[in-house]
Parts: sequence; C-alpha cells; structure tokens
Amino acid sequence: MSEYLVQFNNISKFFGKVIALKDVTMKLKKGEIMCLLGDNGAGKSTLIKTLAGVHKPDEGEIIFEDQKIVFDSPRDALDIGIGTVYQDLALVSLMSVTRNFFMGREPQKGLPFFRTFDIEKANTIAAERMGQIGIDVRDPSQAVGTMSGGERQCLAISRAIYFGAKVLVLDEPTSALGVHQASMVLKYIVKAASQGLAVILITHNVHHAYPVGNSFTVLNRGKSMGTFQKKDISREKLLSMMAGGEELDKLEVELKEMDRIENN
Amino acid sequence: MSVKSESIQSKKDSGQDERLKKISPLRVLLNRPELGALGGSILVFIFFGIVAGDTGMFSAYGTLNFLDVSANLGIIAIAAAMLMIGGEFDLSIGSMIGFAGICIAIPAIYWGWPLWTSIIFAFAMAVLIGYFNGIMVVKTGLPSFIVTLAMLFILRGATLAITRLITGRTQVPGLRVLIEDDPIAWLFATDTFQWLFTWLGSMKLIALRTDGTPLATGIPPSVIWFIALTLFATWILMKTRYGNWIFASGGDKVGATNVGVPVGRVKISLFIGTAVASTIFACIQVLDAGSADTMRGTLKELEAIAAAVVGGCLLTGGYGSAIGAALGAIIFGTVSMGIFYTDVDTDWFKVFLGAMMLIAVVFNNYIRKKVTETK
Repeated sequence: MSEYLVQFNNISKFFGKVIALKDVTMKLKKGEIMCLLGDNGAGKSTLIKTLAGVHKPDEGEIIFEDQKIVFDSPRDALDIGIGTVYQDLALVSLMSVTRNFFMGREPQKGLPFFRTFDIEKANTIAAERMGQIGIDVRDPSQAVGTMSGGERQCLAISRAIYFGAKVLVLDEPTSALGVHQASMVLKYIVKAASQGLAVILITHNVHHAYPVGNSFTVLNRGKSMGTFQKKDISREKLLSMMAGGEELDKLEVELKEMDRIENN
Repeated sequence: MSVKSESIQSKKDSGQDERLKKISPLRVLLNRPELGALGGSILVFIFFGIVAGDTGMFSAYGTLNFLDVSANLGIIAIAAAMLMIGGEFDLSIGSMIGFAGICIAIPAIYWGWPLWTSIIFAFAMAVLIGYFNGIMVVKTGLPSFIVTLAMLFILRGATLAITRLITGRTQVPGLRVLIEDDPIAWLFATDTFQWLFTWLGSMKLIALRTDGTPLATGIPPSVIWFIALTLFATWILMKTRYGNWIFASGGDKVGATNVGVPVGRVKISLFIGTAVASTIFACIQVLDAGSADTMRGTLKELEAIAAAVVGGCLLTGGYGSAIGAALGAIIFGTVSMGIFYTDVDTDWFKVFLGAMMLIAVVFNNYIRKKVTETK
C-alpha cells in the first residue's frame, strides 16, 4: 500500500480548443490538508468538478487506496468516499437542519410501501453531529436560513463526513465569511483532518490557507506550478506565485523604464 | 459557585438542554405554512355564521353543498400545491379536466367500451400527459409556466376538435345509465354514509323531501376523495423520504442534485400527480352530471393555484403544505356557495378571490422572511 490515500496523476481536461487543465498532479496522505491556490480562471472549478466526478478527465488517472478509479457520475465519487462541499453548500434555507443534513439520504423505517422518514433518529443524529463541532443546534427542526454563514459551512462539511467522506474537497469555504466565522470553519477543518481525513482546500486567500495547510499546490492558467511543503515556502512567496508575481515584477521594471525616459 | 454548578448539573440530568427556550405552541403554529389559511377559514365561517346563519347554509344539505364545491377544488389544489412545493406550475389542469372527460365519454358512448375501461383509459392518458409535461420541463429547462401554458391550449383544442370530429357536437351525454353495475364507476359516483342520512331523516333531524327521503342523501364522493388525498399528501410531504425530496427539489434544484436527490424524477412524478388529480376531478364531475362537456374545467388551474397560494405555498417553491391547500380550497368553496345565501351580488366573488390571494401572498412573503431570518 502506498503512503498516499488518493493520487491525481497528470490530470488534463479540454473543452473543445480550450485547455482547462494540463498535467495537474496532486497526492494526499491521510490527515493531510492540501491547499489548492489559484487566481480567478486558474482552473480551480474545473479541477474540483473533475475530482467530484462531474467531469471526466481527458487524460491522467485517479488512484484511490491503490486502485485506479473512473467516475461516471458525482454519485460514484461520493460512494467511494470523495465528498465535495461546493461553494453554494447544497443547503436549502427554507428546510430544517435535519432535513438538510439527510437530504437525499434519509434514514427510513417501517414496512415496504409504508416506509417513512425516521425523523426522530435523524433529529438526534443531526443535533449530535452539530454538537460535536461545537455548534449548538437549539432545535434541529429550525430552518437552515436562521443559521450563520459559518454554521452553514460547518453543517455542509459535517454532512459530508457523516456520509463517509475520506477525502474532503472544500470549495472556497471561507470566501463569504467574516474573520471570526472563517476561523471557526478553519478550526473545524483542522479537526477533521486530525481524525484521518485528507482535505483539499480550494481558496484564493493565502491568509486563510497558510495557517492550516500542510502542503500547497498553486494553479495558474490550467497548469500546476508545483506542490510545496509548508517548510519549503513562505506566505509571501506563495502570494506572489499566485498573483503571477513575475508578471508584476516585469511590470515594475517597465514602469521604471518609462519613468526614466520621461525624466530625460 | 457550587450552587450554580449544581443547578446546571440538575438541568443536564433532567435531559433538557438549558439553552433550549421553551417554544410556545403559538410560535410553532406561526412557523407552519397553513397558518394564514387556517385563520382565513375561521374568519370565513364566522362571517357566514353571522350573515347567513339562519338561511339554511349550514343545514345538512347546505353544508354538503359547499363542502362538495370545496372538495372538488381541493382535489386539484392539493396536487397543484405539491407541484408548487416541488418548484413548478401546471397551467394545464383545467384543460386536462376537459380532456379526461371526453376520454371517458367517447369510448363509453361511441365505441361501446365498458365504462370502467374508459375510466382506466382516461387515467392512462393522464399519466402520459403528465409525464410529457414533466419530461419537457426537466429536459429543456424551460419554465413550467410556458410548457404547461402550451399544453393548456393543445389539450383544450384537441378536446374540442376530437369531440366535434367524432360526435359532431361539443357535449357527450348519456353516461348515467352506464354507471350502475360498473365495477369502478362507483368510486367516483356513490354517496357514502347513506344509512346515516336515512336514519337522521327518519329521526326528523335533517330536512326531508315531500316523499319522506332526506334532502341530503349522503356524503358526496368528492368529499371522501378530498379527505383521503389531503391525508395522503400530508403523509408524503411530512413523513416520507420522497416528501423531503419534493421540498429539496423546489427549494434548491442544484443543491438537491448535488447531494443525490433525483430532482428530475421527482418533478416528473409531480406533474403526473396534477394530471391524475385532474382526471379524478373529471371522473367525479362527468359521472355526476352524466355527460362530458369540452369546456369543463376552464380556468380551474388558476383556482387551484390560488387555493395553494392562500394555503401558504410559495410561488418560488420549497415551502407549503397540503393541509394549507385544502383549507384554501375550503375558503373558496365556502365563499362561492355562501355568497348565494347573502344579499351580496355573486359578481363580487371574483373580487373576493383576487383580494384573498393578494393578502395571502403578502402574508406568506412576510412569514418566509421570518422563517429564514437569522436569530
């Protein structure tokens, strides 16, 4: 058995003439948090959807627990244990915490044809799970719309873990949150990883990623610029790589040049 | 200090979360979608109790009369409400009623089919048309408003054209004689609890005809169907996995799909539901009248949607209840019949219907904000 829980090797994805991803490789161990960083249009969304089974990669392979895997649908990815939490969280704000938690996978009881949604059991589990992450759901039948952004994010993550995710793919979990809420979510992510999950954290916010990440993969224009362990790279270096630092350096030189010409 | 920790301890021992505020029953009721309709129906009954209390409106005969009208509307309103909770509309309900009517009448009268086979034929057509509506909406992603508006015209036109082609007329009478001894028709054509009414009549507790039989002969089939469907729909919505899928599909289609809810299948089944409910409506009315009319059911789709909205369904989906829609239907049915017992000109009914709907929408919007507000 290899040391990696999941490996994405040389993943490429094309849409017609557009090269959305080219030779992206990522490897994750259990308990590792890998941050996937990239500016807008870097290919983050395409990569997530490929990991989640929405897109099939045109090249490359996905190896999960030493077995080569091909996803035909998002359901397949869920079934083997890749849980994706999208930015919209897939929560319905008019529905209760419990009904959201078990949406699509409701526990049932009773005889065939008269099976009912076991709402008592569902309420208990939902309240217990939310309690474990320190969110006090006063009433699991309250609408999700009454929860804060951070609480909703934690609910979505907690749901993915409860339904057997071994690899957690989180799409911009902190982008819409304030400082306090973001730190609550990040704390929960670290806790989840410490229990043996592998986490892929997609973000464009280095300040959120750097404190929690073990390794960092930077994506730029569909290509990976490499994966770096935390000890090998500084926050500033990451930031400048993401923003296309070289381009900015070049721009600075050019501006100075113009300045010099004008002054002469 | 020790006293304080003890008190917390004791609360924990009692199994109660000390941070859980006791919610008053009123507060629970406020969070239910049918609250507005419940209040509305109570007001309506108080109003007619005062204005028309001594006119015979609330006699056995009068009561069954307005219940029958409410129940007929209720049958389609409940199906429309479930579809609305699932996030879609069906404007073809009224046309489907007319179409189902001739699906029963033409085979039975002109082709010599036994009545029960033509009833089954009508239901089979309903399933097909509902399926078609659903698959069109799901596959094309067009608004159901447009797809079913098209179906409204197609079905009404086809009903008229086919009927005239085969019979040369727009009405198909002569069904009444076929009802007796039919193995299925009684489901839609028999008054139940007749013994009760006969007994009440013999005790002189209810009004009698001159020949001594009671004026009200039994509970009309529409009322039985209405009660059964209300219970069934409520059970589905509140107690089953499929019910959760309906709320999820209407609340957030993309989110529901992402967590594995078969949104397409849910919506298609709900469209089949409205078409089948329209056919139940058609069976009851056609067998009661003994004839099918090509214009039967005109504008019923709007009344059904209005009843669902008054019952607390949001136009945007994901919220509502079957009991609410049932109460909405009772409000409209009661007012439409009750108005005959008052001095008010019946022309005012439509004004009332519209005003009621506006008030309901404003009220529902307010409730939705309340429900999703961060506390």
